[in-house]
Order: sequence, then C-alpha cells, then structure tokens
Amino acid sequence: MAPSSADSEARTYRNASPGLAFFLTSVLSAVLMFVDHRSDYLGQLRGWLGTAIHPLQLAINSPAAGLHWMRENLVLRNTLIAENATLRKQALVQAVQLQRMAALQAENRRLRALLDSRARIPDRITVGRILAVDMDPLRHRVVLDKGSPQGTHAGQVLLDANGVVGQVMRAQVYSSEAILITDPDHAVPVEVVRNGMRSIAVGTGRLDQLSLPFLTRNADVKAGDLLVTSGLGGEFPAGYPVGTVTSVDGSEGDAFLEVMAKPAASLDRLHEVLLVLPPAVAVEPKAEPAEAPAP
Amino acid sequence: MRNARWPVWCIMLLALALELLPLPELVRPLRPAFTTMTVIYWTLMWPGRFGIFTAFVFGLLIDVAHGSLLGQHALTLGMVSYLVLRLHLQLRVFPLWQLTLAVFALVFLESFLLLWIDGATGHATLGPQRWGPVFAAALFWPLVMAGMDRVRERLERRRSSFS
Repeated sequence: MAPSSADSEARTYRNASPGLAFFLTSVLSAVLMFVDHRSDYLGQLRGWLGTAIHPLQLAINSPAAGLHWMRENLVLRNTLIAENATLRKQALVQAVQLQRMAALQAENRRLRALLDSRARIPDRITVGRILAVDMDPLRHRVVLDKGSPQGTHAGQVLLDANGVVGQVMRAQVYSSEAILITDPDHAVPVEVVRNGMRSIAVGTGRLDQLSLPFLTRNADVKAGDLLVTSGLGGEFPAGYPVGTVTSVDGSEGDAFLEVMAKPAASLDRLHEVLLVLPPAVAVEPKAEPAEAPAP
Repeated sequence: MRNARWPVWCIMLLALALELLPLPELVRPLRPAFTTMTVIYWTLMWPGRFGIFTAFVFGLLIDVAHGSLLGQHALTLGMVSYLVLRLHLQLRVFPLWQLTLAVFALVFLESFLLLWIDGATGHATLGPQRWGPVFAAALFWPLVMAGMDRVRERLERRRSSFS
C-alpha cells in the first residue's frame, strides 16, 4: 500500500541542520552537568522532573506492592497464630532486655553528668518504605516513598532492624532518593566495638562488602570485629551497627591493611527502613545534673 | 492528528519503565539498554517527527529516574540521535545483521561516553554492569525491532486510512 502524506512526512527528514540542534543540546547538557556537579542549584528542576516520573515509579512498584499486600492479607489463620506466638516470645525477651537497658541508660546519664559531657539525645524514628524500582545499575541507590513534606531531608540516616542502611541524598515532594552504604561514593565513620579504634568504612559497589582502607599495618583489627557508627562527622548517630569484619589482608610492603567487612543490614532485601529524625528539642546539657545527684 | 507523537512517547515511557523494573541481582547487569534502542529505532524510522530534542528531553527524564548527573544521558542520547540522523538513509537499507552491528556500535559509544563523564566527575566503575547492557542490546535488537516495526506499521496504516 502507498504510504500517506503524513507518513512520508514522518519518514523523511527535512531539518537542514541537525548539527545545530546537536550542538545546542550538547552545550545545554554540558552546562547542566557542570552546574549539577558543582552545586545544588538544579534541585528545583530535578524536583519537577522527579514529580513527573513519580507515577511511573509507582506503577513499576505496584506489582511488588500488590504481592506484599497479598502476603499480608491472604495468609492462613494457623500461620498467623504461629507468627503471633513467635512475636510474643520475641517481645517478652526484648522487654526483659529493655529492663536492663533502662537501668544502664540511667547509669550512663549519671556518669555523663558526672563527666559534665553532653547528654545523648534519644533518636526519634519514623518508618519509610522502599519502592521496588531499580536505579542506575552502577550505583547503589534506592527510592523511598517519603518526601520532604514528611520531614525527609538530605543527609538523613536510614536504618533497618540490623544496622545502618544509608542516607537520603535528595528529598523530593513525593519520594526521595537514598544512597546505600555499599555505594562506592559513600563512607561511614565507624569504630571497632572491641577497642574503640576509629576508621572509615567505604562502599565497594558490592551489596555484601564494605572496605576499610585507612587502617595502618599495626592497627588492632581482626575478623569478627563488630563495627558501629562512631558519631564523628555529625551525620550518623553514634552506636548503630554497620558491619562485621570478614577479612584482614595486606602484603608486607603496603602501609595500609586491606580490611573488608560485611554490612549488618540486609541490603539485598530491603522493604522498610527506619528514618532517623532530628531531635525535636535540643536538650541542654545543663538540665541533666538536676536529676543526677540521686545516688 | 497529522503529527501525533503520543504513541511514541508512550513507547518511550514503557522503555524507561523496563529500565527501572526491579530485576534479581544476578540478571541486573544483563538488562538491555532499552531506552537507547528506542531512541535509535524511532530516530531511524521517523526522523521527521523524532529527533535530537526529543532524545534530549527523554535523556533528562532518565537522568532524574536514575539519579545520575543531570544532563548525562541527555547528552549521550542526543549524540546517538544525531549519529542516527546523519546515517539514517544508509542504516535503513542495511540487512538486519549489519543493523544489529551498527546498534551495538552506537550503544557501545553511548556507554563509553557515559563512562567518560563518570570518570570526569570521579566515579568511574568498570564491570559487568557497564558493558552487559551493550551486549544485551545487540542480542535483543532483532526482537525489539520486530516489535516496534509492528507498532509503527499499525500507526502508519491507521493514519493512511484516515487521510
């Protein structure tokens, strides 16, 4: 059949200067990249485009969300009863541990008051859900369903039940973008629980591996050591588990050890994460001694 | 109706959705570069309607969806679209295997430019995630092309019955 005029219009190319269009878009994108790399001015543009993309992300997430809903709603009564029993047992065990925790916390506060150091503020936490959307395959990024109206902000720390997950990178209106601790661009200040030695855990690009590149040959670290956040740098609250050291290597000539760790959080099956909120009121360190002199 | 572009935009969004679809960690590196293939196909077949600016806008959407540097995919897709525009008359008469090779070359070039930009901004990573999509794109091209040919022929037939 003969193509119509509209089709031949679509299929033939008349623009005399594709070079000019290419030049214009190249310059424009080069400027965009430069500005985006050097500053945060493009946050607004990214926000608008992100809002435009959000329905697509929701659509992609919907099968996973549906499965999740089905798993929660279409379960047998027996399964629920069994689950309830284990949860009850778990709650009991944790309640017992909490009793000791309360005593320890009180003691800690007293000691801190004696040392006149700043009181630790308990962290407030909210729950966010991770959308089942893959981002750049070369980076470890995830999309959260909480946006800036819900208090999400860049730099906010993400935890799961076992440890540190990552940080929010960009908060948008309906969603936000987070970076995992295993991303090669990410680093967490950590300390070894056994001896309090501080270092930095850097992502390797593999979901099951962190690297500690700044430990000298005489550093006291061995496989099995637990790493927790040190709280230095001010971004991460102190004391949350980051990972366990899996291997300590290093040839004779190197100045630094090659230390690898396994993240504590289960980064490969994330569903829900805890977002650490900034403290509601900054507690004055002076207010603490008032209740301290009890003993 | 003469210049209806929306079906193509729907296909582009579908390609973007395929890029964002969660895959198991094992097959993730082998996800074909669907967006680049779509841009190549429509620039090749409908160059009067689809071109560098469309590729640019689409690239910006990919950048936001991927969280990469804003403008990175816009630049590379613009380049791919430009090359296809320059060569579209030759490419159209290629037999399938030659066209597949050309697509491989184009996607490879795009990946290389992306790597170059990543290197300039300080996070160049190499590995299966970098080159897997290129090979997968070459493998999937005959399939993708057959599918989109069908859509295009339908659109053209429908429009010609209107006129």
